[in-house]
Amino acid sequence: MKQLVILSGKGGTGKTTVAAALAHLASREFPIVLADADVDAANLELVLDPAKQETQDFTGGKSAVIDPAECTACGVCYDVCRFEAVIPGDEAYRVDSLACEGCAACHYQCPANAIRMEEQRDGQWFRSDTRFGPLFHAHLFAGQENSGKLVTLVKQQARLLGQDTGAALLVVDGPPGIGCPVISASSGMDLALHVVEPTVSGMHDLERILATTDHFGVQSLVAINKADLNPARSDGIAAFCAERGVELVGRIPYDTVVTEAMVQGRPVTEHTDGPVTEALRDVWEQVKKRLLLDGVGGER
Amino acid sequence: MIITVASGKGGTGKTTVAVGLALSLAESAKPAGPLCLDCDVEEPNAALFLHPTIQERREVGQLVPEVDAEKCTACGRCAEVCQYHAIAVVGEKVLVFPELCHGCGSCTLNCPTEAIREVLHVTGTVERGRSGPVEFAQGTMNVGEPMAVPIIRQLKRWVLPPGDGDRPIILDASPGTACPVVESMRGADFVLLVTEPTPFGLHDLRLAVEVARDELGLPVGVVVNRDGVGDRGVDAYCAAEGIPILMRIPHDRRIAEAYSEGISLLQALPEYRQQFLDLYTAIEKLAAETKE
Repeated sequence: MKQLVILSGKGGTGKTTVAAALAHLASREFPIVLADADVDAANLELVLDPAKQETQDFTGGKSAVIDPAECTACGVCYDVCRFEAVIPGDEAYRVDSLACEGCAACHYQCPANAIRMEEQRDGQWFRSDTRFGPLFHAHLFAGQENSGKLVTLVKQQARLLGQDTGAALLVVDGPPGIGCPVISASSGMDLALHVVEPTVSGMHDLERILATTDHFGVQSLVAINKADLNPARSDGIAAFCAERGVELVGRIPYDTVVTEAMVQGRPVTEHTDGPVTEALRDVWEQVKKRLLLDGVGGER
Repeated sequence: MIITVASGKGGTGKTTVAVGLALSLAESAKPAGPLCLDCDVEEPNAALFLHPTIQERREVGQLVPEVDAEKCTACGRCAEVCQYHAIAVVGEKVLVFPELCHGCGSCTLNCPTEAIREVLHVTGTVERGRSGPVEFAQGTMNVGEPMAVPIIRQLKRWVLPPGDGDRPIILDASPGTACPVVESMRGADFVLLVTEPTPFGLHDLRLAVEVARDELGLPVGVVVNRDGVGDRGVDAYCAAEGIPILMRIPHDRRIAEAYSEGISLLQALPEYRQQFLDLYTAIEKLAAETKE
């Protein structure tokens, strides 16, 4: 099974639009598995109409809890906490579980043994059926940590099912940024497709996400979304890609049909034929060629 | 007055709004000019629009343990207390994995022979400078590093003045709703959520409201960007939840084109200045009501 991740660095460039379209196009040719690795703002489900088959709790980390009956309000926990998570009180101190990073420094230092570490339910993950194949997705509860761990879990589950059922491709819709969830989403992938917009921000962020995937040894392709919004910037990105030896696999035009399709809850390629769909079909052909015919990555 | 500009979904116009607010307030000659902080340390973009002159730069990161082999008895206590598996004892040797370390200092506190001291593992930089009357600061995480929160935390500690004051301070957050966004919202007087009127925008707006209003208990307001595209879901949601829509920026190709060139909204369409000033007045009022 080959593994493809859609990334962008900058948010809102069209990762999910592209991921949904590729999932639609790929699923017409062979069995695929899908994973949404943007666990704190998961949107792929909004265009795939998933039917949930399985729901599991995700316990990512622990949080300190102070027993008010045992607490002597000595303040040691407050002094050792480097995350500003301990809230002083006259009779007992409290822990702000959102700020707590679960380091347990207070637990070990408390002279009254009043602090215990409690597992936290940080989120949930789901296995769903969609018309394109099984989808693994998740919901990290508001403001929680450990998004990287949850991304790894979602991907692992998708990979296992894909291998068991003989899927040919795993498509992962990645998160924005370059930090821990992105590193988790890209790790072990055969190929990353970066969706970039022709803006100064898009260009700036592309350089950083490419450096990140290079750093972790993941091969990259680039597609420009809303390419006609600024043709000169698009040419600039094309020149940058050529210079850097990264293949540019498509220029997707700006079109209101993309938003229309989103409102209808469908991938744009399923919603309409037209310039956007044509461009995405070309992107898919190039991705497929690189992934399946040129044989990037190894069999896993 | 600290305002955090966030969104949930990426690419909705956080930076456009944060920069627009800062530049509008700069011209209105408040006692001290506005301070704008780019807290999206993974992909900082505000400087592309503000073109600041950087005056000061610092390396930041995590304090990670360094073990003095002379004093270490390889007792394993450090590895036992570390919740992140960032320190391991193999035979007589202690191995440290800086990228897993959260810099909590628990190993140092628990070492019975005081063999651990903490050294800075650099994961990024923070910078400050000016763009005309706007004071500017940003953090940038080094490529390949996983943790954004310590950089945001250190950026805030470095530049945020103690105490309140009237000065407008605008924080541009990263997309999403996880820990970096929480760190950018913590301590704010108001959270301004920029969204677009689409199903993706609405879905992620709900999550951002959960974090800002429900978890952190902060007052929130919404800016609808690209108004006119998509559907009416955001309007219906805000009405049902009693969340004020404080500004609407219509879908306008001129704005998108200016943005693509790194030209701020105010530079391209100066008529937006009054709307941003009105937005700020509305935020001040809502924040004051919450304090009462």
